[in-house]
Amino acid sequence: MTIQDDIKTKLVVSLQPLHLEVINESGAHSGHRSSPETGESHFRVTVVSEHFYGLSHLQRHRMVNEFLTKDLFNKVHALTLSTYDPSEYYDVKVASKVQTL
Amino acid sequence: MNVQNSINERIQHIVDSNDVVLFMKGIAKIPQCGFSAKVAQILNVIGANYKDINVLEDSDIREGIKTFSNWPTIPQLYVKGEFVGGCDIVREMYEQGELQDLFEQKGLSIKSNKTKI
Repeated sequence: MTIQDDIKTKLVVSLQPLHLEVINESGAHSGHRSSPETGESHFRVTVVSEHFYGLSHLQRHRMVNEFLTKDLFNKVHALTLSTYDPSEYYDVKVASKVQTL
Repeated sequence: MNVQNSINERIQHIVDSNDVVLFMKGIAKIPQCGFSAKVAQILNVIGANYKDINVLEDSDIREGIKTFSNWPTIPQLYVKGEFVGGCDIVREMYEQGELQDLFEQKGLSIKSNKTKI
Protein backbone atom coordinates (compact mmCIF):
# COMPACT_ATOMS: atom_id res chain seq x y z
CA MET A 1 0.00 0.00 0.00
CA THR A 2 1.28 3.49 -0.79
CA ILE A 3 1.54 6.01 2.01
CA GLN A 4 -1.18 8.03 0.28
CA ASP A 5 -3.55 5.04 0.43
CA ASP A 6 -2.53 4.32 3.99
CA ILE A 7 -3.46 7.88 5.03
CA LYS A 8 -6.77 7.62 3.19
CA THR A 9 -7.69 4.27 4.69
CA LYS A 10 -6.82 5.30 8.24
CA LEU A 11 -8.88 8.50 7.99
CA VAL A 12 -11.87 6.87 6.28
CA VAL A 13 -12.06 4.22 8.97
CA SER A 14 -11.58 6.56 11.91
CA LEU A 15 -13.44 9.71 10.83
CA GLN A 16 -16.03 8.57 8.25
CA PRO A 17 -15.32 11.80 6.33
CA LEU A 18 -17.94 13.47 4.15
CA HIS A 19 -15.07 14.77 2.09
CA LEU A 20 -11.45 13.69 2.03
CA GLU A 21 -8.57 14.80 -0.15
CA VAL A 22 -5.09 13.38 0.19
CA ILE A 23 -2.75 14.99 -2.28
CA ASN A 24 0.84 13.88 -2.75
CA GLU A 25 2.88 17.05 -3.19
CA SER A 26 6.26 15.40 -2.93
CA GLY A 27 7.16 16.29 -6.51
CA ALA A 28 7.01 19.98 -5.68
CA HIS A 29 9.67 19.50 -2.99
CA SER A 30 11.98 17.26 -4.97
CA GLY A 31 15.53 18.56 -4.97
CA HIS A 32 15.10 20.51 -1.75
CA ARG A 33 17.94 20.07 0.67
CA SER A 34 15.81 18.47 3.36
CA SER A 35 13.64 16.38 1.05
CA PRO A 36 13.95 12.64 1.69
CA GLU A 37 13.36 12.04 -2.07
CA THR A 38 11.15 9.04 -1.43
CA GLY A 39 8.40 10.31 -3.72
CA GLU A 40 6.07 10.00 -0.74
CA SER A 41 7.28 12.63 1.67
CA HIS A 42 4.92 15.63 1.41
CA PHE A 43 1.13 15.43 1.64
CA ARG A 44 -1.76 17.85 1.77
CA VAL A 45 -4.84 16.52 3.56
CA THR A 46 -8.29 18.12 3.69
CA VAL A 47 -10.83 16.29 5.81
CA VAL A 48 -14.47 17.10 6.54
CA SER A 49 -16.08 15.10 9.32
CA GLU A 50 -19.01 15.28 11.70
CA HIS A 51 -16.64 14.13 14.42
CA PHE A 52 -15.09 17.61 14.40
CA TYR A 53 -18.20 19.40 15.63
CA GLY A 54 -17.48 21.37 18.77
CA LEU A 55 -13.76 20.66 18.78
CA SER A 56 -10.97 23.24 18.61
CA HIS A 57 -8.44 23.13 15.79
CA LEU A 58 -5.89 21.75 18.22
CA GLN A 59 -8.20 18.93 19.34
CA ARG A 60 -8.96 18.02 15.72
CA HIS A 61 -5.35 17.93 14.68
CA ARG A 62 -4.39 15.88 17.73
CA MET A 63 -7.17 13.46 16.79
CA VAL A 64 -5.93 13.12 13.21
CA ASN A 65 -2.32 12.74 14.35
CA GLU A 66 -3.38 9.92 16.63
CA PHE A 67 -5.36 8.13 13.92
CA LEU A 68 -2.51 8.39 11.45
CA THR A 69 -0.21 6.74 14.00
CA LYS A 70 3.37 7.45 14.90
CA ASP A 71 4.59 4.78 12.52
CA LEU A 72 3.11 6.53 9.51
CA PHE A 73 4.26 9.92 10.77
CA ASN A 74 7.83 8.75 10.86
CA LYS A 75 7.71 8.02 7.14
CA VAL A 76 6.24 11.40 6.19
CA HIS A 77 8.39 14.50 6.10
CA ALA A 78 5.59 17.07 5.93
CA LEU A 79 1.83 16.95 6.16
CA THR A 80 -0.39 19.98 5.66
CA LEU A 81 -3.73 19.45 7.32
CA SER A 82 -7.04 21.32 7.03
CA THR A 83 -9.98 20.19 9.13
CA TYR A 84 -13.61 21.25 8.82
CA ASP A 85 -16.90 20.20 10.32
CA PRO A 86 -19.66 19.94 7.67
CA SER A 87 -21.15 23.37 8.34
CA GLU A 88 -17.76 25.11 8.22
CA TYR A 89 -16.97 23.32 5.00
CA TYR A 90 -20.30 24.36 3.53
CA ASP A 91 -19.58 27.99 4.46
CA VAL A 92 -16.16 27.78 2.94
CA LYS A 93 -17.45 26.23 -0.26
CA VAL A 94 -20.25 28.75 -0.61
CA ALA A 95 -18.08 31.76 -0.01
CA SER A 96 -15.05 30.18 -1.69
CA LYS A 97 -13.00 32.02 0.82
CA VAL A 98 -10.38 29.44 1.66
CA GLN A 99 -7.31 31.60 1.65
CA THR A 100 -4.01 29.93 1.30
CA LEU A 101 -1.10 31.88 2.59
CA MET B 1 16.36 13.56 37.52
CA ASN B 2 16.22 11.98 34.08
CA VAL B 3 17.15 13.79 30.90
CA GLN B 4 13.61 14.43 29.66
CA ASN B 5 12.71 15.95 33.03
CA SER B 6 15.52 18.45 32.89
CA ILE B 7 14.66 19.34 29.27
CA ASN B 8 11.03 19.73 30.28
CA GLU B 9 12.14 22.14 32.99
CA ARG B 10 14.17 24.16 30.53
CA ILE B 11 11.24 24.35 28.10
CA GLN B 12 8.81 25.16 30.90
CA HIS B 13 11.08 28.00 31.94
CA ILE B 14 11.16 29.35 28.37
CA VAL B 15 7.37 29.32 27.95
CA ASP B 16 6.84 30.76 31.43
CA SER B 17 9.21 33.66 30.95
CA ASN B 18 7.91 34.81 27.53
CA ASP B 19 4.33 35.72 26.62
CA VAL B 20 4.65 34.35 23.10
CA VAL B 21 7.20 31.74 22.08
CA LEU B 22 7.72 30.23 18.65
CA PHE B 23 9.84 27.08 18.54
CA MET B 24 11.03 27.06 14.95
CA LYS B 25 13.68 25.96 12.52
CA GLY B 26 15.92 28.97 12.03
CA ILE B 27 15.29 32.40 13.49
CA ALA B 28 12.37 34.72 12.81
CA LYS B 29 14.39 36.83 10.39
CA ILE B 30 15.92 33.85 8.60
CA PRO B 31 13.64 30.81 8.86
CA GLN B 32 15.10 27.52 7.66
CA CYS B 33 11.82 25.80 6.87
CA GLY B 34 8.70 26.84 4.98
CA PHE B 35 6.34 25.93 7.80
CA SER B 36 8.32 27.88 10.38
CA ALA B 37 8.50 30.78 7.93
CA LYS B 38 4.73 30.81 7.56
CA VAL B 39 4.06 31.05 11.29
CA ALA B 40 6.67 33.77 11.69
CA GLN B 41 5.07 35.63 8.78
CA ILE B 42 1.62 35.43 10.37
CA LEU B 43 2.93 36.67 13.73
CA ASN B 44 4.69 39.52 11.97
CA VAL B 45 1.55 40.48 10.06
CA ILE B 46 -0.61 40.63 13.18
CA GLY B 47 2.18 42.55 14.87
CA ALA B 48 2.77 40.16 17.74
CA ASN B 49 5.91 40.37 19.85
CA TYR B 50 7.41 36.93 20.20
CA LYS B 51 10.48 35.07 21.28
CA ASP B 52 11.90 32.82 18.58
CA ILE B 53 13.70 29.68 19.67
CA ASN B 54 15.83 28.03 16.98
CA VAL B 55 15.55 24.29 17.56
CA LEU B 56 18.26 23.61 14.98
CA GLU B 57 20.75 25.06 17.45
CA ASP B 58 19.69 22.82 20.30
CA SER B 59 18.98 19.17 19.61
CA ASP B 60 17.75 18.63 23.19
CA ILE B 61 15.01 21.16 22.67
CA ARG B 62 14.35 19.98 19.12
CA GLU B 63 13.42 16.50 20.36
CA GLY B 64 12.28 17.52 23.84
CA ILE B 65 9.63 19.96 22.65
CA LYS B 66 7.84 17.13 20.82
CA THR B 67 7.41 15.19 24.05
CA PHE B 68 6.73 18.31 26.09
CA SER B 69 3.82 19.34 23.84
CA ASN B 70 2.84 15.85 22.73
CA TRP B 71 3.08 17.21 19.20
CA PRO B 72 5.12 15.54 16.46
CA THR B 73 6.34 18.49 14.41
CA ILE B 74 7.99 21.90 14.47
CA PRO B 75 7.09 24.83 14.45
CA GLN B 76 5.16 25.07 17.71
CA LEU B 77 3.55 28.20 19.08
CA TYR B 78 2.99 28.94 22.77
CA VAL B 79 0.94 31.86 24.05
CA LYS B 80 0.99 32.64 27.79
CA GLY B 81 2.32 29.19 28.57
CA GLU B 82 -0.35 27.43 26.54
CA PHE B 83 0.32 25.33 23.45
CA VAL B 84 -1.61 26.79 20.51
CA GLY B 85 -0.52 24.46 17.72
CA GLY B 86 1.65 24.01 14.68
CA CYS B 87 1.67 25.69 11.30
CA ASP B 88 -1.71 24.50 10.03
CA ILE B 89 -3.55 25.36 13.23
CA VAL B 90 -1.99 28.81 13.41
CA ARG B 91 -2.90 29.35 9.74
CA GLU B 92 -6.49 28.17 10.22
CA MET B 93 -6.89 30.31 13.33
CA TYR B 94 -5.39 33.33 11.60
CA GLU B 95 -7.65 32.98 8.56
CA GLN B 96 -10.71 32.83 10.78
CA GLY B 97 -9.60 35.68 13.04
CA GLU B 98 -9.31 33.34 16.03
CA LEU B 99 -5.61 33.92 16.50
CA GLN B 100 -6.12 37.66 16.77
CA ASP B 101 -8.95 37.03 19.26
CA LEU B 102 -6.71 34.78 21.33
CA PHE B 103 -4.02 37.46 21.61
CA GLU B 104 -6.60 40.02 22.62
CA GLN B 105 -8.18 37.71 25.20
CA LYS B 106 -4.76 37.13 26.72
CA GLY B 107 -4.20 40.88 26.89
CA LEU B 108 -1.40 40.90 24.34
CA SER B 109 -1.10 43.83 22.01
CA ILE B 110 -1.20 43.30 18.28
CA LYS B 111 -1.17 45.97 15.65
CA SER B 112 -3.83 44.92 13.20
CA ASN B 113 -7.09 43.23 13.74
CA LYS B 114 -8.29 41.00 10.95
CA THR B 115 -6.27 41.89 7.92
CA LYS B 116 -5.54 39.18 5.44
CA ILE B 117 -2.05 38.71 4.11
